[in-house]
Amino acid sequence: MIEALEILTNASLWSAVLRIATPLIFGVLGALLCERAGVLNLAIEGIMTMGAMIGWLAVYLGADLWTGLAIAAASGAALGLLHAFLTVSLSLSQHVSGLGITLFASSLAYFVYRLVVTVGSLPPTIEPFQPIKIPLLSKLPFIGEIFFSQMGPTYLAIIAVLIMIYVLNRTPLGLAIRMTGENPHAVEAQGLNPIVIRIVAIVVGSALMALGGSFLTTAAFNSFFPEMVQGRGWICIALVIFASWQPGKAFFGAILFSFFDAYQLRLQHVVEDVPYQLFLMAPYVLSIIALILVSRRAKVPEALMAPYRRGER
Amino acid sequence: MRLERRTHTSTKLVLTAPVVAIFVSLSISGILIILAGVNPFLAYLEILKGAFGSKLAITETLTRACPLILTGLAASVAFKARLWNIGGEGQFYIGALVAAAIGNNLLIGIPILLAMVLVMISSMIAGAILLAGPAFLRLRFGIDEVVTTLLLNFIIILFVGLMIEGPLKDPFAFGWPQSVPVDRSLRFSDLIPSSRLHNGFLIAVFAALIIWTIITKTSFGLKARATGLSPKAAAFSGISLTKTIMIVALISGALAGLAGAIEVMGVTGYVTTTLSPGFGYAGIVVAMLAALHPGGVIISAVFIASIFIGADAMSRATGVPSFIADVIMSLSLLAMLIAIFFTNYRIKK
Repeated sequence: MIEALEILTNASLWSAVLRIATPLIFGVLGALLCERAGVLNLAIEGIMTMGAMIGWLAVYLGADLWTGLAIAAASGAALGLLHAFLTVSLSLSQHVSGLGITLFASSLAYFVYRLVVTVGSLPPTIEPFQPIKIPLLSKLPFIGEIFFSQMGPTYLAIIAVLIMIYVLNRTPLGLAIRMTGENPHAVEAQGLNPIVIRIVAIVVGSALMALGGSFLTTAAFNSFFPEMVQGRGWICIALVIFASWQPGKAFFGAILFSFFDAYQLRLQHVVEDVPYQLFLMAPYVLSIIALILVSRRAKVPEALMAPYRRGER
Repeated sequence: MRLERRTHTSTKLVLTAPVVAIFVSLSISGILIILAGVNPFLAYLEILKGAFGSKLAITETLTRACPLILTGLAASVAFKARLWNIGGEGQFYIGALVAAAIGNNLLIGIPILLAMVLVMISSMIAGAILLAGPAFLRLRFGIDEVVTTLLLNFIIILFVGLMIEGPLKDPFAFGWPQSVPVDRSLRFSDLIPSSRLHNGFLIAVFAALIIWTIITKTSFGLKARATGLSPKAAAFSGISLTKTIMIVALISGALAGLAGAIEVMGVTGYVTTTLSPGFGYAGIVVAMLAALHPGGVIISAVFIASIFIGADAMSRATGVPSFIADVIMSLSLLAMLIAIFFTNYRIKK
């Protein structure tokens, strides 16, 4: 029992929390952006898988790590464009379209991976991101290891949260995006085009999701293998609801969630006689519990999942 | 260029939709096969041969289609009432696990036919309960069932892992994590001798017939369809949405649970965590390709099964990764979505 508590005072746990949270932060920001503009993006799981594969592949074939991330983001944007075409241009079911793209993106990622790496061979590895120790600050006791000795993309994720908070809440663009999710007709009346706003939000949001996926293969691990995204996309979708569609809360949701994840991982070594599957179940069970807890006060964007056609009411 | 709603959608147009969708999917997948350095026509010929080229191939394809028919029916029943059951995978596994647990030795002494029915009913109840949860959460708290059913899939597969390494572990499996087997006497006999095709296939086809009858011939079917077409109008005409969606959930979950039971009783005899190569998710594609029609589900299940069985053989012969089957399947789904759209809309110049 004391051992279980001792883990909490260990800086390496909290440093791991931020690292584990990074893909979730990117994913949840992406999903949130799409939903604030009124479109549910269930392509997330597939986009993260594609991002993980493409980011890894680019680096494996000789690109540097940041170029790999950029290529991953571009692949996410392309898949986002497909989702936008299906759900915004054709106003097809956002559920089915998103799931369809998830199936497509994952299978395409696995196919391309298998073209490069044949069955039976060990997964090839790349040289992943290394922690960047920020001068002076990283020397601070406890806090230094947690906040100022992270990998590049983790800092980028935190910056992305701040940008998202600022843009959504403080800029005309953010207002237009939020209005598109609440009442696209009002946006049209303002002389803006809600269709364009939705498409841009989905494309940018999907690029963020892919960045989240690429973190898995270029920072958290150093290789790609099928099924590695492990439902992180679905957890992000749950986190958006948990965060009542607020980017700041979404960040803390991702941290809270990753805390449980990092903690259970360490607890597994301390607590014996408990099947490890129970620990692995925890993230998914927690997501469902979180959904139930917030369901009463969730403020869903009014026009979420309502297709918009110009001139039609 | 504008889109205009068609005033009339002919049956012929609806029937061409899946054909066009599959053609588009095969064309795009062909590009990937070229990238793999193989002539796509040759590859498709190999797929065709692998799926239908011999008696063994045909029986393998139908064996693979059997669970797909049931998970496809599960998805189509739910989607008809706009209940987004994406949890077919979890319901399949819980059905399979319950079949192994009950069918192992609990039913000794009961007449075999009755015992088999009891095993299947238990699995159906397990699947139904598993979907009743998310349906309840949606009806009571407004929680999107897509997210909950998806998350449950992960939970259930871990649960299966826990059970087959714990209470339901087969002590005679040389340490392999697999469940205790269903009793030999409760296994389906072969539908075609010296093949893996078993009598469970007939149950799957029969289930399609029953679901078709329920959907088209009963007042409940009408209520379910009305709920899917327009929940508001359905509620206004006095249909209880809560009751309708709950019953739909029970039927849908039961079908996917039955798929798991039949796979165990017909093919493997026991459960592992790799029992399903995504039967639950593929069921969604099967349902969509069939435009949610129960009869169409049988045809599209055989089609999807043939792609997977054929792609395995093709992959061995040509070296094209067998993931091409997943690509073809998912592209068919996306193309089908667009094709259905154009059965309802036309482009106005």
